[in-house]
Amino acid sequence: MFRYREVTKRERQEWFFAFCLLSPALLMLLIFVLYPFLDGLWLSVLDKEVGHPGKFIGLKNFFKLWNDQIFRRTAQNTVLYTAAATILKLGLGMIVALLLNQLIKFKRIVRASMLLPWIVPTVLSALAWKWMFDPTFSVVNFFLYNLGITTKQISWLGGPVLSLTSVIIVNAWRGMPFFAITLLAGLQTINPTLYEAADIDGASGWQRFWYVTWPLLMPVTMVVVLFSVIMTFADFQLVYILTGGGPANSTHLFATYAYQIGIATGKISEGAAVSLAMFPFLFLIVVFQLWYIRREEEVKEEVKKKKR
Amino acid sequence: MSLIVSRRWKRVFYLYIPLGTILTGTLFPFYWMGVTAFRPDQELYIPWNKPKFNPFLTLRPTLEHLAFLFQETLFKRWLFNTLMIALLSTAISLFCGLLAGYAIARVRFPLAGPLGTWIFITYLVPPTLLFIPLGEVVRGFRLGDTPWALILTYPTFLIPFCTWLLMGYFRTIPKELEECAQIDGASRLQAMVRIVFPLAIPGILSAGIFAFTLSWNEFLYALIFISSAQQKTVPVGVVSELVRGDTFFWGALMAGALMGSVPVAFIYSFFVEHYVSALTGAVKG
Repeated sequence: MFRYREVTKRERQEWFFAFCLLSPALLMLLIFVLYPFLDGLWLSVLDKEVGHPGKFIGLKNFFKLWNDQIFRRTAQNTVLYTAAATILKLGLGMIVALLLNQLIKFKRIVRASMLLPWIVPTVLSALAWKWMFDPTFSVVNFFLYNLGITTKQISWLGGPVLSLTSVIIVNAWRGMPFFAITLLAGLQTINPTLYEAADIDGASGWQRFWYVTWPLLMPVTMVVVLFSVIMTFADFQLVYILTGGGPANSTHLFATYAYQIGIATGKISEGAAVSLAMFPFLFLIVVFQLWYIRREEEVKEEVKKKKR
Repeated sequence: MSLIVSRRWKRVFYLYIPLGTILTGTLFPFYWMGVTAFRPDQELYIPWNKPKFNPFLTLRPTLEHLAFLFQETLFKRWLFNTLMIALLSTAISLFCGLLAGYAIARVRFPLAGPLGTWIFITYLVPPTLLFIPLGEVVRGFRLGDTPWALILTYPTFLIPFCTWLLMGYFRTIPKELEECAQIDGASRLQAMVRIVFPLAIPGILSAGIFAFTLSWNEFLYALIFISSAQQKTVPVGVVSELVRGDTFFWGALMAGALMGSVPVAFIYSFFVEHYVSALTGAVKG
């Protein structure tokens, strides 16, 4: 039952104060996030193109995409790309975090240089990778050739399978530091007495990781993975630079395909529809993330209550 | 004695060698960027399987690529554009984020909880979801091909981040400090500006550094909203203006990549701790 009580003058002052403080941020977000989002929904049911104002055509754009072979390939690629890159980043990031956690000398400088791929503009480092993958002058091939691993020319960005693999490798290279540094921060909060207890119980190195580190890191890991999944799923730059979606449209992600249709070809409405196709998945991830964070908080609250 | 020796070897095998290998892999692309930027063209284009060829050093380093970059292209202009856009959008975002973060963390009003959640959701919206309609909006405001197109749109991903980070920071500052100030006769606003904001400077610095690097590195909006070469930012300028047709001038491209990376890396090196705390704080909140 609601009971309306008199709002005091002091409360009203507080509300007004809050409103004033929030208005610049909300104004920006309403104009440049909410409005474009609604506009995007509206665009996706039109047939707007550059130089053609567009009229309402219902869900035709989405039906068209459903039957579009390239779009289906794009959806597959995006899922594969996200899954493979995230697993790689989590695995490598965890290893690096565990190693860094044991380092005593040069800790700061090593950690700072580890983060470099994450700091440097992605397109610029992607260009360096493109040069490293160059079919005729590839330094990667030089390595492999001189180590005796291969004698053939490997065209890293040539075939559809290999080029997607290459893009996944570069994504893992760029995103791994983010995992490593965040997981390292998580590792440092683990109480060392737990490891001492595990040692007394005769736990092996692997058991210490599996029964102490991994479960205690779980909250941090979950949040980092969800963040990274969103970023990777919506990635644009790496594919745009490295393959441009090619060869023969075989390595597109949702974002690059949306760009190709909406901007490069000028079919604004269809492009907006491709972008929006990301929405259901992103929505699920965000809902899951919010649910997980809330649950964590509830668990924490309960632990607090028990301690009292 | 032998125990100590074997322990040291264990450390070498299980720590230094793997870490060294991974670090080499992490840093190699930057090394390659640097080597290529200073290598003369006739040395640059030698096939990888040519015998007795060592690509890791260059015997006759040259400045021709850098000279080309700074004299023949608009690179200086792009650096200036990128810097101004990054500074202004960071300033706008910090201003909005400070006020909004304080309001959500400290002021009592009915919608504080849900609003915090909404800010978090906005923070998770990737730019690639909105870029086509946002392009229409920018064109609608007649901002296309001006720096304002970027200065006003970068805050869309910076404000949620700044607000979220600063909100978390404000919560760590004891409430009693402001209350004392108010008892001593300061107004609400004065307590906020004079007492809380100065205490939040480390948080503001973290958010600012992070926001600055994010806007320096932004690519998609800059690619779409800006069309004339004069107005471009470094990432877009290097990618679009230094590639002529299908010909890649790798020396100049790598010089551009190097020069576009050095400023952020430089700033970052001074504020590593702030950057890391922003990175981890952004996730945990």
